[in-house]
Amino acid sequence: MKRILFIEDESALQKTLGEVLRENGYEVINALNGELGMKLAKMKKPNLILLDLILPKLSGFEVLKQLKKDETTKDIPVIVLTNLEGVGDVEKAMELGATTYLVKANYSLKEVVDKVKTALEG
Amino acid sequence: MTIKKIFSQLDFFGQCRRYDIPISQCPQFLFLIMGLVIIFSSIITYALGTRYIRDPEIALLLVLSITAVLLILAYLISRSFERLAQANRLKSEFVSIVSHQLRSPLSNMRWALEVLMSGKMGKIEEKQLEYFSILRENSDRMRELVKDLLTVSRIETARLSFKKEMFSLEKLIKELICSFEPFSKASNTEISFQAEKDLPMVVSDREKIKLVIENLIDNAIRYTKGKGKIEIKLKKKDGRVYFEIKDNGVGIPKGDQKYVFQKFFRSKNASRYQTEGSGLGLYIVKSILEKAKGKIGFRSQEGKGSTFWFTLPIE
Repeated sequence: MKRILFIEDESALQKTLGEVLRENGYEVINALNGELGMKLAKMKKPNLILLDLILPKLSGFEVLKQLKKDETTKDIPVIVLTNLEGVGDVEKAMELGATTYLVKANYSLKEVVDKVKTALEG
Repeated sequence: MTIKKIFSQLDFFGQCRRYDIPISQCPQFLFLIMGLVIIFSSIITYALGTRYIRDPEIALLLVLSITAVLLILAYLISRSFERLAQANRLKSEFVSIVSHQLRSPLSNMRWALEVLMSGKMGKIEEKQLEYFSILRENSDRMRELVKDLLTVSRIETARLSFKKEMFSLEKLIKELICSFEPFSKASNTEISFQAEKDLPMVVSDREKIKLVIENLIDNAIRYTKGKGKIEIKLKKKDGRVYFEIKDNGVGIPKGDQKYVFQKFFRSKNASRYQTEGSGLGLYIVKSILEKAKGKIGFRSQEGKGSTFWFTLPIE
């Protein structure tokens, strides 16, 4: 079973998207802040990380930077899932090594799940 | 730090860019101009004073007092201009923050609704589905409104990014007509498209131009009455690509025509026929085209229909 780490501080989103991902046959681990997310990424070795950018304790950009620096986590694909869409945000995340950048407001749950599938199964 | 601050204050053009207003309206620039006026008028007063007033001390006093009055006036005027420009910028930033903040609860709602409507949480009765659909339609409307507000705030704070890429306008239009098919069919409207042969590619921001055409097609469908007929034409004209969209819809009353590109403006008959719509679409369209060095215009007759056109440079 493929394992997904979902770093997101909104528990409502963790519930909806997390549940739909589980239904699709994935194991989902939740992290409510950046620090915990970083820790779990190293410990649990997920196959994919879903990452919000506005996070308490450690921002999503910082998490992304650290993930890509660490030997054990640098090859895990990261899908940024956020509502942040300022000038330069997308470019910055992609430069830091994100695989995909999704603006939550522009996607339905089903579309997000499809993107996860593509990232995991190619 | 203070010296740095003084120097940054002296960077007139940098400060003017922040407000995204023409240089002739920028408070810092106006202050510079007024400064020059003061220097010249002081010299002239001095020249006249030494000629007509014998006592050099009185002449000097006269020059100094006139300069002081002018300087104070200039400062007061440009300061109030600056405050206005600042208030305008703050307002745009406020809109940007609010719309960003609105997005999170909105996506939570939409995704939860999607789970409910999928029937996974229990079977949904026909009657319930109707109400769920109302919820979904309205959350979609809200999402579009928030998206428009964000685009407007980006335009106003000069933060709308603009890429340059080569693409075929003809292909883009065909794609868009396809994606509008469900909506046009539901509105009993037919869209035809005619493109001149061997049209050159354009160099512009594809996503932004897509937004322009989307808005224009959406308007054309939305404001038809009865059986709608929309004709889109694409051709080369005076070394530019010329796009035209003609509908047989409700048209724009003559008195309202000069306001159509204004923010939040909706003509009287538009709100009668169509309750949806924020009045931001055409403002966004015009702002994008200005950035793309394009032009936009329209002809319209109430009750008969409207024709909107725009041109884009080829290179």
